[in-house]
Amino acid sequence: MEEKRKLMDENGIRTDGRKWDELRPIRMEVGQLHNADGSAYIEFGKNKIVAAVYGPKEMHPKHLLLPERAVLKCRYHMAPFSVDERKNPAPSRREIEISKVIREAIQPALFLEDYPRTAIQIYVEVLQSDGGSRVAGITAASLALADAGINMRDMVVGCAVGKVDGKVVLDLNDTEDKEGSGDLPFAFMPNLNRVTLLQMDGLFTLDEFKQALGMARDGALKVYQMQREALLKRYFAGGVAEMSTTEEEAE
Amino acid sequence: MPAKSFVVETIKRTQLIDLLSKGKRMDGRNLDQARKLEIKTGLIEKANGSAMVSLGNTQVIAGVKIDKGIPFPDTPDKGLLIVGAEVLPLAAAYVEAGPPDESAIELARVVDRGVRESEMIDVGSLVIKAGKFVYAIFCDVNVLNADGNLFDATSYAVVAALLTAKMPKFVMEGDVVKNTGQMLPLPVAKIPVSVTIANIDDMLVLDPTEEEEAVMQSRITLDTEDDGYLCAGQKGEPGSFTPEQILTAADWALARGKEIRAAIKEATGRA
Repeated sequence: MEEKRKLMDENGIRTDGRKWDELRPIRMEVGQLHNADGSAYIEFGKNKIVAAVYGPKEMHPKHLLLPERAVLKCRYHMAPFSVDERKNPAPSRREIEISKVIREAIQPALFLEDYPRTAIQIYVEVLQSDGGSRVAGITAASLALADAGINMRDMVVGCAVGKVDGKVVLDLNDTEDKEGSGDLPFAFMPNLNRVTLLQMDGLFTLDEFKQALGMARDGALKVYQMQREALLKRYFAGGVAEMSTTEEEAE
Repeated sequence: MPAKSFVVETIKRTQLIDLLSKGKRMDGRNLDQARKLEIKTGLIEKANGSAMVSLGNTQVIAGVKIDKGIPFPDTPDKGLLIVGAEVLPLAAAYVEAGPPDESAIELARVVDRGVRESEMIDVGSLVIKAGKFVYAIFCDVNVLNADGNLFDATSYAVVAALLTAKMPKFVMEGDVVKNTGQMLPLPVAKIPVSVTIANIDDMLVLDPTEEEEAVMQSRITLDTEDDGYLCAGQKGEPGSFTPEQILTAADWALARGKEIRAAIKEATGRA
């Protein structure tokens, strides 16, 4: 993966005008789908992703149900028009792997034992992809689960770091993802201080790896604040400011 | 969803975790110690390269086939390198025949990522005619006996098979690709080494066995290459890690990676 053009100018400004430690513009909305038990929409840069949760519901096929907890299912899927060249709508091997890692990133946050013999289904539909769609998808799915009222230990929040022009930077955009020299998707439970997703490609020294983990965590904490605000807005509209200040004072 | 139905008895689970809390393992290893690694190469004459790897009781075989192929439209000046993995139904009682499930897909993709991201093979030099014909290297791995840590065993087999593979030299004759009959080694630049670490009740163990995998909450696979770089990684299974545990895993992966790289070099005769 060699770099074709410079992705950072002499002042350290990136292709989209951001600094090394800056997130793309982010917008989240909770509960915009009517039929789903929980839903969320996220814009993360040019990523536009909708997540929905159905459940706890009856488990199918029946022989796979678990007597002691709910089965968590996840489908990550990209719309054919979400990328530059039309994507075949059939699930690719990449989508199957991402569905698995998203499910495993979210499962630690859920009290699945509260819903024995049931299934909880997460759908992550990428309407437009812009680099970092799996971590934005995790952030949205976590909101959708909260919106569905599923018992949770913590929220899960995703954020990627990567390497462009030899520097570790926060939150890669599409160009940086494709032309940069490394990518490290990361998901985190902020209150429990646990990493629930980590993938990596590209070359990182041990020091760069440490730095990348720290940056991903800081980035995730920022996204978490927005995630929290999105939930407060949905459920305490009007009283948002009051809610957040009283809680912060209590801490 | 539950990909495997390997079950460990409660009494064994308790014993395993009890031992771990004293820094010991069921098979007597240290927490950061891998099982015995054996590599045999060149077993399959009809393949361009092959390797059988045993990691404890986990046994896998990799075969390389090389042919001419058509490059991907977005990389017209690069050869193809495709890693596949299959867990055969004879590998364990719980494995069913059929198309690869999500675990097998993850296995193949994670091993592929390690080899690709380390830039082990210089795919830029595997071009016969840019945009038209390139060398296509297929490396397929079959798991023969599953006893935990398929990721590392599969990765070592792929690397050893590629290191010992010979490719035919192709040349263009007019518009046709001609096989000269001359056999060349692959253009190898780096040797990636995968190290997998399981998290069992917040205790880390390197190279988990099937039993240990059955009780672990999560695992992390980290690939390192010759110059001390980490080049690929994957956390798996529905548990989590603290950031500190991940850094410990990175230290272990780098330290163990060096020893395993030396073993691979010795077994394949490629320094």
